[in-house]
Amino acid sequence: MTERLIDMSNDTIIAAESTRESAKPNAASPAAGLRRRPRRTGVVITRETPWRRGTVWLLQIVIAVAVIGGWELATRIGLIDPFFWSSPSRIYGAFMITLEEGTLFTDTWFTFEATIIGFLLGSALGAVIGLSLWWSINAAAVVQPYIVVFNAVPKIALGPLLILIFGIGIGSKIALAVAFTAVITAIAAYAGVRAVDDDLVKLTLSLGGRRRDVFFKIVVPSAMPWITSSLNINIGLALAGAIAGEFISSQYGLGKIIMYAGSTYDMAMIWVGIIILALLAIVLYGAVNWLERKFTRGQNIKTI
Amino acid sequence: MTASSISEGRAPKLRLDGLSHEFRTAGGAPPVKAIENISIDVAPGSFVSLIGQSGCGKSTLFNIMAGLLQPTAGRVVLDGEDITGRAGLVSYMLQKDLLLPWRTILDNVVFGLEIQGVDRREARAVAEPLMERYGLGRFKKHYPAALSGGMRQRAALLRTLLCNNDVILLDEPFAALDAQTRFRMQQWLLTLWRDFGRTVLFVTHDVDEAIFLSDEICVLSPRPGRIADRFHVTLPRPRGRDVVTAPEFIHAKERCLDLLFSGGEPAESEAA
Repeated sequence: MTERLIDMSNDTIIAAESTRESAKPNAASPAAGLRRRPRRTGVVITRETPWRRGTVWLLQIVIAVAVIGGWELATRIGLIDPFFWSSPSRIYGAFMITLEEGTLFTDTWFTFEATIIGFLLGSALGAVIGLSLWWSINAAAVVQPYIVVFNAVPKIALGPLLILIFGIGIGSKIALAVAFTAVITAIAAYAGVRAVDDDLVKLTLSLGGRRRDVFFKIVVPSAMPWITSSLNINIGLALAGAIAGEFISSQYGLGKIIMYAGSTYDMAMIWVGIIILALLAIVLYGAVNWLERKFTRGQNIKTI
Repeated sequence: MTASSISEGRAPKLRLDGLSHEFRTAGGAPPVKAIENISIDVAPGSFVSLIGQSGCGKSTLFNIMAGLLQPTAGRVVLDGEDITGRAGLVSYMLQKDLLLPWRTILDNVVFGLEIQGVDRREARAVAEPLMERYGLGRFKKHYPAALSGGMRQRAALLRTLLCNNDVILLDEPFAALDAQTRFRMQQWLLTLWRDFGRTVLFVTHDVDEAIFLSDEICVLSPRPGRIADRFHVTLPRPRGRDVVTAPEFIHAKERCLDLLFSGGEPAESEAA
Protein backbone atom coordinates (compact mmCIF):
# COMPACT_ATOMS: atom_id res chain seq x y z
CA MET A 1 0.00 0.00 0.00
CA THR A 2 2.62 2.49 1.05
CA GLU A 3 4.64 1.74 -2.05
CA ARG A 4 1.72 2.44 -4.28
CA LEU A 5 1.05 5.66 -2.50
CA ILE A 6 4.58 6.85 -3.05
CA ASP A 7 4.41 5.80 -6.67
CA MET A 8 1.25 7.70 -7.17
CA SER A 9 2.55 10.84 -5.56
CA ASN A 10 5.63 10.67 -7.80
CA ASP A 11 3.43 10.34 -10.83
CA THR A 12 1.49 13.40 -9.89
CA ILE A 13 4.63 15.46 -9.44
CA ILE A 14 5.98 14.40 -12.81
CA ALA A 15 2.65 15.10 -14.43
CA ALA A 16 2.47 18.50 -12.88
CA GLU A 17 5.97 19.38 -14.08
CA SER A 18 5.33 18.26 -17.61
CA THR A 19 2.25 20.40 -17.87
CA ARG A 20 4.21 23.40 -16.71
CA GLU A 21 7.05 22.61 -19.12
CA SER A 22 4.74 22.07 -22.06
CA ALA A 23 4.07 25.76 -22.16
CA LYS A 24 7.67 26.35 -23.29
CA PRO A 25 9.15 25.08 -26.56
CA ASN A 26 11.12 21.79 -26.53
CA ALA A 27 9.76 20.70 -23.20
CA ALA A 28 10.93 17.14 -23.83
CA SER A 29 14.62 18.07 -24.05
CA PRO A 30 16.63 17.69 -20.84
CA ALA A 31 18.19 21.13 -21.33
CA ALA A 32 14.84 22.73 -21.96
CA GLY A 33 14.83 24.85 -18.81
CA LEU A 34 18.23 26.46 -19.49
CA ARG A 35 18.41 30.00 -20.71
CA ARG A 36 20.34 30.42 -23.92
CA ARG A 37 20.97 32.89 -26.67
CA PRO A 38 18.24 32.74 -29.28
CA ARG A 39 19.98 31.01 -32.14
CA ARG A 40 18.08 28.80 -34.50
CA THR A 41 20.09 28.97 -37.70
CA GLY A 42 23.21 27.05 -36.65
CA VAL A 43 26.69 28.51 -36.93
CA VAL A 44 28.44 29.17 -40.20
CA ILE A 45 32.17 28.59 -39.69
CA THR A 46 34.26 31.22 -41.40
CA ARG A 47 37.85 30.60 -42.25
CA GLU A 48 40.46 33.02 -43.58
CA THR A 49 41.83 32.05 -46.96
CA PRO A 50 45.65 32.23 -46.89
CA TRP A 51 47.19 34.84 -49.20
CA ARG A 52 49.81 34.01 -51.76
CA ARG A 53 53.39 34.30 -50.59
CA GLY A 54 54.11 37.18 -52.92
CA THR A 55 51.19 39.16 -51.53
CA VAL A 56 52.49 38.70 -47.96
CA TRP A 57 55.99 39.79 -48.97
CA LEU A 58 54.65 42.78 -50.85
CA LEU A 59 52.67 43.92 -47.81
CA GLN A 60 55.70 43.49 -45.58
CA ILE A 61 57.77 45.68 -47.91
CA VAL A 62 54.98 48.24 -48.09
CA ILE A 63 54.90 48.47 -44.28
CA ALA A 64 58.69 48.90 -44.05
CA VAL A 65 58.68 51.60 -46.74
CA ALA A 66 55.74 53.38 -45.10
CA VAL A 67 57.40 53.40 -41.65
CA ILE A 68 60.77 54.59 -42.95
CA GLY A 69 59.22 57.09 -45.36
CA GLY A 70 56.78 58.38 -42.77
CA TRP A 71 59.58 58.78 -40.26
CA GLU A 72 61.73 60.72 -42.70
CA LEU A 73 58.79 62.88 -43.78
CA ALA A 74 57.71 63.60 -40.21
CA THR A 75 61.18 64.88 -39.29
CA ARG A 76 61.37 66.98 -42.50
CA ILE A 77 58.08 68.77 -41.86
CA GLY A 78 58.92 69.15 -38.17
CA LEU A 79 56.24 66.82 -36.84
CA ILE A 80 58.79 65.03 -34.64
CA ASP A 81 62.08 66.32 -33.26
CA PRO A 82 65.03 64.73 -35.12
CA PHE A 83 67.30 65.47 -32.16
CA PHE A 84 65.59 62.74 -30.12
CA TRP A 85 64.19 60.55 -32.87
CA SER A 86 66.88 60.96 -35.51
CA SER A 87 65.78 60.15 -39.07
CA PRO A 88 66.48 57.50 -41.70
CA SER A 89 68.72 59.84 -43.71
CA ARG A 90 70.78 60.75 -40.61
CA ILE A 91 71.06 57.06 -39.66
CA TYR A 92 72.29 56.26 -43.17
CA GLY A 93 74.84 59.06 -42.89
CA ALA A 94 76.11 57.78 -39.55
CA PHE A 95 76.28 54.29 -41.00
CA MET A 96 78.44 55.46 -43.92
CA ILE A 97 80.80 57.29 -41.54
CA THR A 98 81.39 54.21 -39.37
CA LEU A 99 81.83 52.17 -42.52
CA GLU A 100 84.56 54.57 -43.72
CA GLU A 101 86.23 54.55 -40.34
CA GLY A 102 86.17 50.75 -40.46
CA THR A 103 85.24 50.37 -36.80
CA LEU A 104 81.79 48.94 -37.44
CA PHE A 105 83.09 45.60 -38.66
CA THR A 106 85.46 45.24 -35.69
CA ASP A 107 82.68 46.01 -33.23
CA THR A 108 80.18 43.72 -34.89
CA TRP A 109 82.73 40.90 -34.99
CA PHE A 110 83.55 41.42 -31.31
CA THR A 111 79.89 41.08 -30.29
CA PHE A 112 79.40 38.16 -32.67
CA GLU A 113 82.39 36.30 -31.28
CA ALA A 114 81.41 36.85 -27.64
CA THR A 115 77.84 35.77 -28.39
CA ILE A 116 78.76 32.60 -30.29
CA ILE A 117 81.41 31.43 -27.81
CA GLY A 118 79.17 32.25 -24.84
CA PHE A 119 76.21 30.54 -26.49
CA LEU A 120 78.15 27.36 -27.26
CA LEU A 121 79.87 27.15 -23.87
CA GLY A 122 76.72 28.03 -21.93
CA SER A 123 74.46 25.64 -23.82
CA ALA A 124 76.99 22.81 -23.62
CA LEU A 125 77.56 23.37 -19.91
CA GLY A 126 73.81 23.50 -19.29
CA ALA A 127 73.20 20.33 -21.31
CA VAL A 128 75.92 18.47 -19.41
CA ILE A 129 74.50 19.57 -16.05
CA GLY A 130 70.89 18.78 -16.99
CA LEU A 131 71.66 15.39 -18.53
CA SER A 132 74.02 14.33 -15.75
CA LEU A 133 71.17 14.67 -13.27
CA TRP A 134 69.77 11.47 -14.82
CA TRP A 135 72.52 9.38 -13.23
CA SER A 136 71.28 9.80 -9.70
CA ILE A 137 67.85 10.82 -8.51
CA ASN A 138 69.41 11.70 -5.17
CA ALA A 139 72.03 14.00 -6.67
CA ALA A 140 69.27 15.63 -8.69
CA ALA A 141 67.19 16.22 -5.57
CA VAL A 142 70.18 17.83 -3.85
CA VAL A 143 71.10 20.09 -6.79
CA GLN A 144 67.60 21.14 -7.81
CA PRO A 145 67.08 24.11 -5.42
CA TYR A 146 70.44 25.60 -6.45
CA ILE A 147 69.39 25.51 -10.09
CA VAL A 148 66.06 27.14 -9.25
CA VAL A 149 67.81 29.92 -7.29
CA PHE A 150 70.38 30.54 -10.01
CA ASN A 151 67.59 30.64 -12.56
CA ALA A 152 65.69 33.23 -10.52
CA VAL A 153 68.65 35.57 -9.97
CA PRO A 154 68.82 38.27 -12.67
CA LYS A 155 72.10 37.31 -14.30
CA ILE A 156 72.84 40.88 -15.27
CA ALA A 157 73.51 41.54 -11.57
CA LEU A 158 76.59 39.34 -11.98
CA GLY A 159 77.94 41.74 -14.63
CA PRO A 160 80.15 43.98 -12.48
CA LEU A 161 81.50 40.93 -10.66
CA LEU A 162 82.34 39.06 -13.86
CA ILE A 163 84.02 42.14 -15.35
CA LEU A 164 86.23 42.46 -12.30
CA ILE A 165 87.14 38.77 -12.48
CA PHE A 166 87.55 38.36 -16.26
CA GLY A 167 88.64 41.90 -17.21
CA ILE A 168 87.13 44.33 -19.70
CA GLY A 169 88.09 42.18 -22.69
CA ILE A 170 86.03 39.50 -24.43
CA GLY A 171 86.38 37.08 -21.48
CA SER A 172 83.85 38.89 -19.30
CA LYS A 173 81.35 39.17 -22.19
CA ILE A 174 81.61 35.43 -22.80
CA ALA A 175 81.22 34.77 -19.07
CA LEU A 176 78.03 36.83 -18.95
CA ALA A 177 76.63 35.11 -22.03
CA VAL A 178 77.37 31.75 -20.34
CA ALA A 179 75.63 32.91 -17.15
CA PHE A 180 72.59 33.97 -19.19
CA THR A 181 72.30 30.70 -21.12
CA ALA A 182 73.57 27.77 -19.02
CA VAL A 183 70.62 27.51 -16.62
CA ILE A 184 68.07 27.64 -19.42
CA THR A 185 69.56 24.60 -21.13
CA ALA A 186 70.16 22.82 -17.81
CA ILE A 187 66.48 23.13 -16.91
CA ALA A 188 65.36 22.12 -20.41
CA ALA A 189 67.70 19.12 -20.48
CA TYR A 190 66.56 17.99 -17.06
CA ALA A 191 62.92 18.27 -18.15
CA GLY A 192 63.84 16.14 -21.17
CA VAL A 193 65.52 13.59 -18.91
CA ARG A 194 62.43 13.30 -16.74
CA ALA A 195 60.21 12.88 -19.79
CA VAL A 196 62.13 9.84 -21.09
CA ASP A 197 59.72 7.00 -21.80
CA ASP A 198 60.22 4.42 -19.03
CA ASP A 199 59.28 1.66 -21.44
CA LEU A 200 62.23 2.57 -23.68
CA VAL A 201 64.49 2.25 -20.66
CA LYS A 202 62.84 -1.07 -19.83
CA LEU A 203 63.34 -2.25 -23.42
CA THR A 204 67.03 -1.41 -23.33
CA LEU A 205 67.51 -3.13 -19.99
CA SER A 206 65.59 -6.22 -21.13
CA LEU A 207 67.97 -6.45 -24.09
CA GLY A 208 70.82 -6.66 -21.61
CA GLY A 209 71.81 -2.98 -21.80
CA ARG A 210 73.66 -1.27 -19.00
CA ARG A 211 73.03 2.18 -17.55
CA ARG A 212 75.66 3.57 -19.91
CA ASP A 213 73.71 2.22 -22.89
CA VAL A 214 70.47 3.64 -21.55
CA PHE A 215 72.11 7.03 -21.08
CA PHE A 216 73.79 7.37 -24.45
CA LYS A 217 71.28 5.52 -26.62
CA ILE A 218 67.99 6.52 -24.97
CA VAL A 219 68.30 9.43 -22.53
CA VAL A 220 70.54 11.73 -24.58
CA PRO A 221 68.70 11.34 -27.89
CA SER A 222 65.25 11.66 -26.35
CA ALA A 223 66.27 14.78 -24.40
CA MET A 224 67.73 16.30 -27.58
CA PRO A 225 64.53 18.07 -28.72
CA TRP A 226 64.28 19.71 -25.29
CA ILE A 227 67.89 20.84 -25.45
CA THR A 228 67.66 22.18 -28.98
CA SER A 229 64.41 24.00 -28.22
CA SER A 230 66.30 25.88 -25.49
CA LEU A 231 68.89 26.96 -28.08
CA ASN A 232 66.35 29.21 -29.75
CA ILE A 233 65.95 31.13 -26.52
CA ASN A 234 69.65 30.93 -25.73
CA ILE A 235 70.87 32.64 -28.87
CA GLY A 236 68.90 35.74 -27.93
CA LEU A 237 70.06 35.50 -24.31
CA ALA A 238 73.71 35.07 -25.29
CA LEU A 239 73.44 38.21 -27.39
CA ALA A 240 71.81 40.03 -24.45
CA GLY A 241 74.61 38.81 -22.16
CA ALA A 242 77.34 40.01 -24.50
CA ILE A 243 75.65 43.41 -24.97
CA ALA A 244 75.11 43.77 -21.22
CA GLY A 245 78.81 43.15 -20.66
CA GLU A 246 79.68 45.74 -23.32
CA PHE A 247 77.32 48.25 -21.69
CA ILE A 248 79.09 47.94 -18.36
CA SER A 249 82.63 48.23 -19.61
CA SER A 250 84.18 47.49 -22.97
CA GLN A 251 86.52 48.80 -25.62
CA TYR A 252 84.67 47.15 -28.52
CA GLY A 253 81.30 45.81 -29.47
CA LEU A 254 77.89 46.96 -30.65
CA GLY A 255 76.90 47.45 -27.01
CA LYS A 256 79.80 49.85 -26.59
CA ILE A 257 78.75 51.76 -29.76
CA ILE A 258 75.20 52.16 -28.46
CA MET A 259 76.33 53.15 -24.94
CA TYR A 260 78.92 55.62 -26.25
CA ALA A 261 76.50 57.15 -28.76
CA GLY A 262 73.89 57.48 -26.04
CA SER A 263 76.22 59.37 -23.73
CA THR A 264 77.08 61.81 -26.57
CA TYR A 265 73.44 62.27 -27.71
CA ASP A 266 74.29 60.71 -31.08
CA MET A 267 70.84 59.24 -31.79
CA ALA A 268 71.65 58.22 -35.37
CA MET A 269 74.58 56.16 -34.09
CA ILE A 270 72.38 54.42 -31.52
CA TRP A 271 70.08 53.40 -34.36
CA VAL A 272 72.99 52.10 -36.41
CA GLY A 273 73.94 49.91 -33.45
CA ILE A 274 70.38 48.66 -32.98
CA ILE A 275 69.92 47.87 -36.68
CA ILE A 276 73.20 45.96 -36.95
CA LEU A 277 72.24 44.11 -33.76
CA ALA A 278 68.90 43.15 -35.27
CA LEU A 279 70.59 41.86 -38.43
CA LEU A 280 73.08 39.88 -36.32
CA ALA A 281 70.21 38.39 -34.31
CA ILE A 282 68.40 37.31 -37.48
CA VAL A 283 71.52 35.58 -38.83
CA LEU A 284 72.18 33.78 -35.52
CA TYR A 285 68.55 32.78 -35.11
CA GLY A 286 68.46 31.35 -38.61
CA ALA A 287 71.62 29.35 -38.00
CA VAL A 288 70.26 27.89 -34.75
CA ASN A 289 66.97 26.94 -36.37
CA TRP A 290 68.85 25.12 -39.07
CA LEU A 291 70.92 23.27 -36.47
CA GLU A 292 67.81 22.36 -34.52
CA ARG A 293 66.18 20.76 -37.54
CA LYS A 294 69.37 18.84 -38.21
CA PHE A 295 69.62 17.45 -34.67
CA THR A 296 66.03 16.37 -34.20
CA ARG A 297 65.34 14.27 -37.24
CA GLY A 298 62.42 11.92 -36.67
CA GLN A 299 61.23 13.77 -33.61
CA ASN A 300 58.64 16.41 -34.26
CA ILE A 301 58.53 18.76 -31.33
CA LYS A 302 57.38 22.13 -32.52
CA THR A 303 59.02 25.27 -31.23
CA ILE A 304 58.41 28.89 -32.08
CA MET B 1 51.09 -29.19 -9.05
CA THR B 2 50.42 -28.43 -12.68
CA ALA B 3 54.13 -28.21 -13.30
CA SER B 4 54.04 -31.69 -14.84
CA SER B 5 56.31 -31.68 -17.82
CA ILE B 6 54.73 -30.82 -21.14
CA SER B 7 58.03 -31.28 -22.88
CA GLU B 8 57.40 -34.98 -23.55
CA GLY B 9 60.71 -36.23 -22.35
CA ARG B 10 62.87 -33.38 -23.67
CA ALA B 11 64.51 -31.03 -21.20
CA PRO B 12 62.48 -27.83 -20.94
CA LYS B 13 63.90 -24.71 -22.58
CA LEU B 14 62.46 -22.48 -19.89
CA ARG B 15 61.18 -23.53 -16.50
CA LEU B 16 59.25 -21.29 -14.17
CA ASP B 17 59.55 -22.77 -10.74
CA GLY B 18 57.02 -21.66 -8.12
CA LEU B 19 57.08 -17.96 -9.02
CA SER B 20 55.25 -15.65 -6.63
CA HIS B 21 55.32 -11.90 -6.37
CA GLU B 22 53.90 -9.42 -3.92
CA PHE B 23 53.86 -5.68 -4.37
CA ARG B 24 54.42 -3.72 -1.18
CA THR B 25 51.96 -0.88 -0.87
CA ALA B 26 52.54 2.47 0.72
CA GLY B 27 51.16 3.27 4.15
CA GLY B 28 51.49 -0.13 5.78
CA ALA B 29 48.60 -1.75 3.89
CA PRO B 30 48.98 -5.49 3.36
CA PRO B 31 51.05 -6.33 0.27
CA VAL B 32 49.18 -7.10 -2.95
CA LYS B 33 49.76 -10.56 -4.37
CA ALA B 34 50.21 -10.24 -8.13
CA ILE B 35 51.03 -13.85 -8.94
CA GLU B 36 51.15 -16.96 -6.79
CA ASN B 37 53.09 -20.14 -7.27
CA ILE B 38 53.33 -20.21 -11.03
CA SER B 39 55.21 -23.17 -12.44
CA ILE B 40 55.44 -23.90 -16.14
CA ASP B 41 57.82 -25.94 -18.25
CA VAL B 42 58.18 -24.70 -21.79
CA ALA B 43 59.49 -27.13 -24.41
CA PRO B 44 62.15 -25.89 -26.83
CA GLY B 45 60.68 -24.35 -29.97
CA SER B 46 57.12 -24.39 -28.71
CA PHE B 47 54.57 -21.59 -28.84
CA VAL B 48 52.85 -21.09 -25.50
CA SER B 49 50.11 -18.55 -24.89
CA LEU B 50 49.06 -17.12 -21.56
CA ILE B 51 45.53 -15.81 -21.40
CA GLY B 52 43.72 -14.16 -18.56
CA GLN B 53 41.68 -11.15 -17.61
CA SER B 54 43.40 -7.85 -17.01
CA GLY B 55 45.00 -7.76 -13.61
CA CYS B 56 45.95 -11.42 -13.60
CA GLY B 57 49.63 -10.57 -13.26
CA LYS B 58 50.71 -11.33 -16.83
CA SER B 59 52.92 -8.29 -17.04
CA THR B 60 54.43 -9.01 -13.64
CA LEU B 61 55.20 -12.53 -14.77
CA PHE B 62 56.84 -11.27 -17.97
CA ASN B 63 58.87 -8.66 -16.11
CA ILE B 64 60.17 -11.42 -13.85
CA MET B 65 61.02 -13.67 -16.81
CA ALA B 66 62.81 -10.79 -18.54
CA GLY B 67 64.87 -10.20 -15.41
CA LEU B 68 63.48 -6.71 -14.82
CA LEU B 69 61.81 -7.68 -11.56
CA GLN B 70 63.02 -9.86 -8.72
CA PRO B 71 60.25 -12.28 -7.68
CA THR B 72 59.30 -12.62 -4.02
CA ALA B 73 59.71 -16.38 -4.38
CA GLY B 74 60.58 -18.90 -7.08
CA ARG B 75 63.10 -19.25 -9.89
CA VAL B 76 63.37 -18.74 -13.62
CA VAL B 77 65.49 -21.46 -15.20
CA LEU B 78 66.79 -21.22 -18.77
CA ASP B 79 68.53 -24.30 -20.19
CA GLY B 80 69.00 -25.63 -16.66
CA GLU B 81 70.63 -22.42 -15.43
CA ASP B 82 69.04 -20.17 -12.84
CA ILE B 83 68.59 -16.73 -14.48
CA THR B 84 66.27 -15.18 -11.90
CA GLY B 85 66.77 -11.41 -11.81
CA ARG B 86 69.17 -11.35 -14.78
CA ALA B 87 68.18 -9.28 -17.78
CA GLY B 88 69.21 -9.66 -21.41
CA LEU B 89 68.89 -13.46 -21.69
CA VAL B 90 65.27 -13.55 -22.77
CA SER B 91 63.88 -11.13 -25.38
CA TYR B 92 60.85 -9.12 -24.45
CA MET B 93 58.47 -7.25 -26.71
CA LEU B 94 55.75 -5.01 -25.37
CA GLN B 95 52.39 -3.96 -26.77
CA LYS B 96 53.82 -0.58 -27.70
CA ASP B 97 56.27 -0.98 -30.56
CA LEU B 98 58.86 1.16 -28.71
CA LEU B 99 60.75 2.09 -31.84
CA LEU B 100 63.21 4.89 -31.19
CA PRO B 101 61.79 7.88 -33.09
CA TRP B 102 65.24 9.34 -33.82
CA ARG B 103 66.47 6.18 -35.58
CA THR B 104 65.58 4.88 -39.02
CA ILE B 105 63.75 1.56 -39.19
CA LEU B 106 66.98 -0.22 -40.11
CA ASP B 107 68.80 1.25 -37.12
CA ASN B 108 65.85 0.37 -34.92
CA VAL B 109 65.92 -3.24 -36.08
CA VAL B 110 69.61 -3.55 -35.20
CA PHE B 111 69.17 -1.83 -31.81
CA GLY B 112 69.08 -5.11 -29.89
CA LEU B 113 72.24 -6.40 -31.55
CA GLU B 114 73.92 -3.08 -30.87
CA ILE B 115 73.08 -3.30 -27.16
CA GLN B 116 74.57 -6.79 -27.18
CA GLY B 117 77.81 -5.29 -28.38
CA VAL B 118 77.65 -5.99 -32.12
CA ASP B 119 79.17 -3.29 -34.32
CA ARG B 120 76.40 -1.27 -35.93
CA ARG B 121 77.70 -1.76 -39.44
CA GLU B 122 77.91 -5.54 -39.06
CA ALA B 123 74.47 -5.61 -37.48
CA ARG B 124 73.06 -3.70 -40.45
CA ALA B 125 74.58 -6.21 -42.83
CA VAL B 126 72.75 -9.00 -40.98
CA ALA B 127 69.47 -7.12 -40.71
CA GLU B 128 69.14 -5.81 -44.26
CA PRO B 129 68.48 -9.12 -46.05
CA LEU B 130 66.03 -10.10 -43.31
CA MET B 131 64.15 -6.84 -43.70
CA GLU B 132 63.92 -7.51 -47.44
CA ARG B 133 62.67 -11.04 -46.87
CA TYR B 134 60.06 -10.10 -44.29
CA GLY B 135 58.49 -7.19 -46.09
CA LEU B 136 60.27 -4.25 -44.48
CA GLY B 137 62.83 -3.57 -47.21
CA ARG B 138 61.00 -0.52 -48.52
CA PHE B 139 61.07 1.17 -45.12
CA LYS B 140 64.75 0.79 -44.21
CA LYS B 141 65.53 4.49 -44.47
CA HIS B 142 62.20 5.72 -43.05
CA TYR B 143 61.68 7.05 -39.56
CA PRO B 144 59.09 5.20 -37.45
CA ALA B 145 56.62 8.11 -37.55
CA ALA B 146 56.14 7.48 -41.28
CA LEU B 147 55.03 3.86 -40.83
CA SER B 148 51.65 2.26 -40.15
CA GLY B 149 51.01 0.47 -36.85
CA GLY B 150 51.39 -2.95 -38.47
CA MET B 151 54.72 -2.10 -40.08
CA ARG B 152 56.02 -0.64 -36.84
CA GLN B 153 55.10 -3.84 -35.01
CA ARG B 154 56.89 -5.86 -37.68
CA ALA B 155 60.01 -3.80 -37.16
CA ALA B 156 59.75 -4.23 -33.39
CA LEU B 157 59.26 -7.97 -33.76
CA LEU B 158 62.21 -8.29 -36.11
CA ARG B 159 64.34 -6.37 -33.62
CA THR B 160 63.24 -8.81 -30.90
CA LEU B 161 64.00 -11.84 -33.04
CA LEU B 162 67.41 -10.55 -34.10
CA CYS B 163 68.74 -10.57 -30.54
CA ASN B 164 70.13 -14.02 -30.36
CA ASN B 165 67.95 -15.18 -27.48
CA ASP B 166 66.17 -18.53 -27.80
CA VAL B 167 63.16 -17.45 -25.80
CA ILE B 168 61.03 -14.46 -26.72
CA LEU B 169 58.23 -12.97 -24.67
CA LEU B 170 55.48 -11.18 -26.57
CA ASP B 171 53.15 -9.09 -24.43
CA GLU B 172 49.96 -8.49 -26.45
CA PRO B 173 51.93 -7.34 -29.48
CA PHE B 174 48.89 -7.07 -31.75
CA ALA B 175 46.37 -5.61 -29.31
CA ALA B 176 46.50 -2.13 -30.83
CA LEU B 177 46.03 -3.28 -34.44
CA ASP B 178 42.83 -3.49 -36.46
CA ALA B 179 41.37 -6.93 -37.16
CA GLN B 180 42.66 -7.39 -40.72
CA THR B 181 46.15 -6.20 -39.92
CA ARG B 182 46.16 -8.40 -36.85
CA PHE B 183 45.31 -11.51 -38.84
CA ARG B 184 48.11 -10.77 -41.31
CA MET B 185 50.50 -10.14 -38.45
CA GLN B 186 49.59 -13.43 -36.79
CA GLN B 187 50.45 -15.34 -39.94
CA TRP B 188 53.62 -13.31 -40.35
CA LEU B 189 54.57 -14.13 -36.75
CA LEU B 190 54.05 -17.86 -37.40
CA THR B 191 56.27 -17.63 -40.47
CA LEU B 192 59.03 -16.02 -38.44
CA TRP B 193 58.56 -18.47 -35.60
CA ARG B 194 58.95 -21.37 -38.04
CA ASP B 195 61.98 -19.79 -39.76
CA PHE B 196 63.81 -18.80 -36.61
CA GLY B 197 62.88 -21.79 -34.43
CA ARG B 198 62.49 -19.73 -31.29
CA THR B 199 60.51 -20.58 -28.18
CA VAL B 200 57.66 -18.10 -27.83
CA LEU B 201 55.62 -17.08 -24.79
CA PHE B 202 52.70 -15.00 -25.89
CA VAL B 203 50.31 -13.00 -23.72
CA THR B 204 46.89 -12.10 -25.10
CA HIS B 205 43.34 -11.24 -24.13
CA ASP B 206 42.08 -12.76 -27.32
CA VAL B 207 41.13 -16.43 -26.99
CA ASP B 208 40.88 -16.96 -30.77
CA GLU B 209 44.35 -15.52 -31.24
CA ALA B 210 45.77 -17.78 -28.54
CA ILE B 211 44.27 -20.93 -30.03
CA PHE B 212 45.17 -19.99 -33.58
CA LEU B 213 48.83 -19.43 -32.71
CA SER B 214 49.70 -21.81 -29.91
CA ASP B 215 50.89 -25.31 -29.20
CA GLU B 216 49.82 -24.89 -25.64
CA ILE B 217 47.60 -22.53 -23.68
CA CYS B 218 47.82 -21.52 -20.02
CA VAL B 219 44.79 -19.82 -18.54
CA LEU B 220 45.57 -17.57 -15.61
CA SER B 221 43.13 -16.82 -12.83
CA PRO B 222 42.66 -13.21 -11.77
CA ARG B 223 44.40 -11.66 -8.75
CA PRO B 224 46.54 -13.28 -7.61
CA GLY B 225 47.49 -14.86 -10.93
CA ARG B 226 47.61 -18.63 -10.76
CA ILE B 227 47.51 -21.24 -13.46
CA ALA B 228 43.86 -22.19 -13.67
CA ASP B 229 44.15 -24.54 -16.60
CA ARG B 230 46.54 -25.55 -19.33
CA PHE B 231 46.15 -27.73 -22.37
CA HIS B 232 47.68 -28.51 -25.75
CA VAL B 233 46.27 -27.37 -29.05
CA THR B 234 46.94 -30.19 -31.49
CA LEU B 235 45.41 -28.59 -34.58
CA PRO B 236 47.72 -29.33 -37.51
CA ARG B 237 49.94 -26.58 -38.86
CA PRO B 238 49.96 -24.55 -40.99
CA ARG B 239 46.59 -23.35 -39.80
CA GLY B 240 44.39 -21.48 -42.23
CA ARG B 241 41.66 -19.02 -41.60
CA ASP B 242 39.07 -21.83 -41.64
CA VAL B 243 40.61 -23.43 -38.56
CA VAL B 244 38.21 -21.43 -36.39
CA THR B 245 35.37 -23.76 -37.38
CA ALA B 246 37.22 -26.97 -36.54
CA PRO B 247 35.63 -28.91 -33.65
CA GLU B 248 38.85 -28.86 -31.67
CA PHE B 249 39.12 -25.11 -32.02
CA ILE B 250 35.57 -24.62 -30.76
CA HIS B 251 36.12 -27.03 -27.92
CA ALA B 252 39.30 -25.23 -26.85
CA LYS B 253 37.56 -21.89 -27.09
CA GLU B 254 34.70 -23.05 -24.88
CA ARG B 255 37.17 -24.36 -22.35
CA CYS B 256 38.97 -21.00 -22.18
CA LEU B 257 35.86 -18.87 -22.12
CA ASP B 258 34.32 -21.00 -19.36
CA LEU B 259 37.33 -20.31 -17.20
CA LEU B 260 37.62 -16.66 -18.06
CA PHE B 261 33.98 -15.74 -17.68
CA SER B 262 32.59 -18.20 -15.14
CA GLY B 263 32.62 -15.28 -12.70
CA GLY B 264 33.58 -15.42 -9.06
CA GLU B 265 36.80 -17.31 -8.54
CA PRO B 266 37.17 -19.89 -11.26
CA ALA B 267 40.73 -20.56 -10.25
CA GLU B 268 40.05 -21.97 -6.81
CA SER B 269 38.54 -25.27 -7.90
CA GLU B 270 40.41 -25.63 -11.17
CA ALA B 271 43.96 -25.30 -9.91
CA ALA B 272 44.77 -28.97 -9.73
